[in-house]
Amino acid sequence: MPTVSVDKANFFKSLGKDYTTQEFDELCFQFGIELDDDTTEECRKAGNGERPQLKIDIPANRYDLLCHEGIARALLVFLGKMKQPDIKVMQPKEMLEIHVDDQVSKIRPTILGAVLRNVTFTPENYASFIDLQDKLHQNLGRRRTLVSMGTHDLDTIKAPFSYKGLAPKDVKFAPLNRPGQVMDGPTLMTTLEQDKHLSKYLSIIRDSPVYPVVLDAEETVCSLPPVINGDHSKITLNTKNVLIDMTGTDETRCSHALAELVSMFAEYCGEKFSVEPVKIVHSDGKSLITPDLSPRVATCRLSYINSCTGLDLDVPTTIKLLERMGHSATQSPQSPDVLQVSIPATRPDVLHECDLMEDVAVAYGFDHLPRRFPSTNTVAAPLPINKLSDVLRREFAYAGWVEALSLILCSHDEAYKQLRRPDPGSEAILLENPKSLEYQMVRTTLLPGLLKTLRENRKHSLPWRLFEVSDVARQDAEDLERCAKNERRAVASYSDREAKFEVVHGLLGRVMRVLDVPYLQGGREAASSSSSSAGKKESGHAGRDKGGYWIEESDDPTFMPGRAAVVKFRTPVREQEEKEEANQQQIKAPATGDDVDAAKRAAPTASATDVEKHLGDADKKQQSSSSSSKDSAISAISNLASKLHLGGRKGGEVITVGQLGVLHPEVLAAFGLDWPTAVLELQVEPFL
Amino acid sequence: MSAPAQVAWDSLPTAEWTLQQVDAAGSSGIPDSRELVGRPPMPANLEDEKSLDEHHKRRADWQMALQGHLKSLEARQMIEFQSHDEITYALTAEGYGIAHSGSQEARLFAALPPGGDEAKTLDELKKELGADVLKIGQGKAFAKRWARKHPEKQGALARMPGVEEIVDDTAEDLREIRRSGTLQDGQRVNDLKKRKLVVQKKLLWFSITKGPQFSLKIEKLATDLSAEMLQSGEWKTRPFKKYNFDAEGVMPVTGALHPLLKVREEFRNIFFEMGFTEMPTNRFVDSSFWCFDSLFVPQQHAARDMQDTFFIKSPAAAKHIPEDYLSRVTAAHEDGGPYGSTGYGYKFSRDVTEKLVLRTHTTAVSAAMLYELANRPGGFKPAKMFSIDRVFRNEAVDATHLAEFHQVEGVVADYNITLGDLIGFMQIFFAKMGVTNLRFKPAYNPYTEPSLEIFSYHSGLGKWVEIGNSGMFRPEMLRPMGLPEGVNVLGWGLSLERPTMIRYGINNIRDLVGHKISITDVERAPAVRFP
Repeated sequence: MPTVSVDKANFFKSLGKDYTTQEFDELCFQFGIELDDDTTEECRKAGNGERPQLKIDIPANRYDLLCHEGIARALLVFLGKMKQPDIKVMQPKEMLEIHVDDQVSKIRPTILGAVLRNVTFTPENYASFIDLQDKLHQNLGRRRTLVSMGTHDLDTIKAPFSYKGLAPKDVKFAPLNRPGQVMDGPTLMTTLEQDKHLSKYLSIIRDSPVYPVVLDAEETVCSLPPVINGDHSKITLNTKNVLIDMTGTDETRCSHALAELVSMFAEYCGEKFSVEPVKIVHSDGKSLITPDLSPRVATCRLSYINSCTGLDLDVPTTIKLLERMGHSATQSPQSPDVLQVSIPATRPDVLHECDLMEDVAVAYGFDHLPRRFPSTNTVAAPLPINKLSDVLRREFAYAGWVEALSLILCSHDEAYKQLRRPDPGSEAILLENPKSLEYQMVRTTLLPGLLKTLRENRKHSLPWRLFEVSDVARQDAEDLERCAKNERRAVASYSDREAKFEVVHGLLGRVMRVLDVPYLQGGREAASSSSSSAGKKESGHAGRDKGGYWIEESDDPTFMPGRAAVVKFRTPVREQEEKEEANQQQIKAPATGDDVDAAKRAAPTASATDVEKHLGDADKKQQSSSSSSKDSAISAISNLASKLHLGGRKGGEVITVGQLGVLHPEVLAAFGLDWPTAVLELQVEPFL
Repeated sequence: MSAPAQVAWDSLPTAEWTLQQVDAAGSSGIPDSRELVGRPPMPANLEDEKSLDEHHKRRADWQMALQGHLKSLEARQMIEFQSHDEITYALTAEGYGIAHSGSQEARLFAALPPGGDEAKTLDELKKELGADVLKIGQGKAFAKRWARKHPEKQGALARMPGVEEIVDDTAEDLREIRRSGTLQDGQRVNDLKKRKLVVQKKLLWFSITKGPQFSLKIEKLATDLSAEMLQSGEWKTRPFKKYNFDAEGVMPVTGALHPLLKVREEFRNIFFEMGFTEMPTNRFVDSSFWCFDSLFVPQQHAARDMQDTFFIKSPAAAKHIPEDYLSRVTAAHEDGGPYGSTGYGYKFSRDVTEKLVLRTHTTAVSAAMLYELANRPGGFKPAKMFSIDRVFRNEAVDATHLAEFHQVEGVVADYNITLGDLIGFMQIFFAKMGVTNLRFKPAYNPYTEPSLEIFSYHSGLGKWVEIGNSGMFRPEMLRPMGLPEGVNVLGWGLSLERPTMIRYGINNIRDLVGHKISITDVERAPAVRFP
């Protein structure tokens, strides 16, 4: 959001009223700008004779409010103290011309121009003129890449002008504020590298085979856009006639910027609010007269305004409200509901009738709008994975663990080297433009954040019990739209004078008990004995197979050798699947390839059952039943959720869902930890 | 009753011995516990710094040992006692030096030739006395008018004429203190303290009388009721130690949830109470298409700069975007398409829209959800949705900014809802957080029009502060999705961190989010209840 500083006394003089800070703050609030600071108090304290400033925050799309003149004009119109001025484009007897050479298309194709005649500069409006150009460069011009402008004392140069692309060596001139120091393009680039202000713009054209140059009839360089003007034609307080060149790569933005600049400063022209045009002549003979200041005429339906604001405005009132925002409007002769609105060229932020609707609402006053409550009747539901995560979070806390909230971004070393893990490649989501080494990638495990939190809390009394339930993310070749997926994880650590593997092992047992996942005695063997497994026997439901878990010793460099295990999970068989299985056995379908199909079918069914279940919960809570939209959000979500691979795994499948173990001493050292630590990290999705 | 046993200086008092002494003293009690034992003998050599220290320490240790018994006997109401201070002084190393060799001023005086006419140069004196002695001695001797600068000889000192003899009061005072621990004249002690020649030492002593439960025998008090006592019935007769109700209880060992996530739970509950379904925000990576373009954020918008958005190096670009929808979004951006807009008037870039980013707002997910809503089988139906999840900004980290934070977002999509509904709804929503005084400021947001910044009056700061953003999504965003004409969508958002920081009085966001949090603070954070 740009901030514009204006001289307080002069500004209030322009508004014709000496506001108190509070009154002015209120006016800004109503209009939609923000008084960021009033330096009256500072200046009084400093006592150095500096004049008090008002610092005003401007919405990023209101290029017409980037200077004293623009804000004052808009507020006067808003207050009804002034009519929005028409900025006229004059008809000169002989129009100035800028001839465009094809070469510029390689680097900065667009040029537009305009002339301000018989300008009366004062130190104040001169400063404002320079400041507005800078603001337009930064905002509309995207730091001069899309648009930049040069202003010249027309009386020092000779028409017709040309806009050419010249080899850098052939561009020779003395740049602004370096009179007499004639240099060529490459020398200029080297010289300006030292210039704090200008050096950041050099790269826009530096490596181009041609540099864009504005020249006068005698080949004097007026400007080298977007970098610098020539010293020869520089404007001063005594300049009367100003030639403006507006160049860039985005013609729309160039045209907007030119309209803003001339509309604001035509106020100081000999003929107030009048601008002299310039003819842009291309080598193919096509020409264009700029600036185009004609208001844009758009239609706006009164019914639309009323339906969006909740008001019941009539035509004359609406027209008055539009006028206070700088537009003018008439009722369409064809349709009484339609207003024909003429939008000033300085308001390119108006794209759609919704922007006019907003202007009407602002003029009416947001605080005066009738307050209603939407009658949209819906039934709520949590996202299943979040609900499950909350169950786990509470269980960890009940068990005595404290919750961490670590950062999702981490360094590459923290995710791999410090954990003694090789980077498998194509796993980590790597950032292209991090500002610090701390943020190189999205974490692929919750361990680094947890271990860093322990490191920062070394003074806490032992034992340390810390947990976190949150997302990691990794690359996913199957997801074509995002090429990545999140994975919900739960991690818990235990640190003490001894590592005590059995503590995190016990915590795993507790979590599984809460999730109603039975321990499979005998691990792998028990699981492979199909549906007649221990899980089935333990389950309370009539013969339903709840699956189960066990742990197996593993070899993982993050952990002490012989002190690490993976958590194995045999997924439960759901009712639906049992039925399908039974059907299949009845019809004795051939077994080939069917497993895959069943898995695919199971996915959406499974998540739908979950949604049904939660819908039930929500119904009890909500007691709202008469709903036309009962399931729209929920079904859209479950649709999306199934795309995100939530839930939906075939029953009886054995998968690895986590690991636990005693951290390798080198891992502890890498994270600056002094105490033996055992950790458990689990995937959450498989338990949906 | 036998006479109290003599206590030798190398044995400390016992509780029983103390009780015997109190009993022997009769009804008036013991006025001064120092009298019980007298003073240990002074060391033979008063110049021995160590043995003098030892002397004081032995006296102090004896009284401290007594104090331990007195406190425990008082708790049993067997005796009553008052504490008193004895202030004494001990010499510092420099003090010992002066007591031994005289003060610097006296040594200077002695070094000067008698009579007052003859002088000695400063250089000579320095050689004789050392620089330190000379410097201090000169100042003091001048002040005491014992010596002066020689009126004729430059850089030389002489005795003050007429002073033939001096009394080295400083050294004498110090010797007295060394012997007795103090001086009659308190002002002179203070002067010596200022010169850092003596330090103050404190000795506790006590006056003791019998208490209501006085007895020569100390009965063992039970500290707690035990299962054995219940069984044996001993609890009926056994005296119990008095309980100290001012002591703190033992805090239970517990786990704790993170304060920010406790506040998240309150927000989730508000949404559930108001009928909102949770959106699947469990995806951090999105294409620029979903994060920006589908929201009608122009491709040159500042928020899409490298300065503000984390772009992804690997994987770098989306391989698929719904083509039909993309072509409608392209049209909306370029010239407004058939959606009644001028568009932004630029050439839409496919490369830019495919760039993958870490989502800068959860609205990327809201957009995908609204698209799903518009294209669900059976057509659009009204919906209320919310999410609270992490978003990423490529910002410089400081006390109020992290590169990641939590966004709270709500969306209502329905026919015939108005700006008035948004404002009315915001009042109810924020009232559930206990925020009642709201105002709405016109603002700019590329995908909402109107856009309203929500302000609340902060009585602590005495001004209106921004607490969130809201608005109606633009038709150029909604129509290309396929949402029917007449459907308006209200949206609002705020950060989760800000209200949490206010709730817990946290000034630095790094104390709340990330690894720099204090586990102790998490353990101690009070529960959150929105009113």
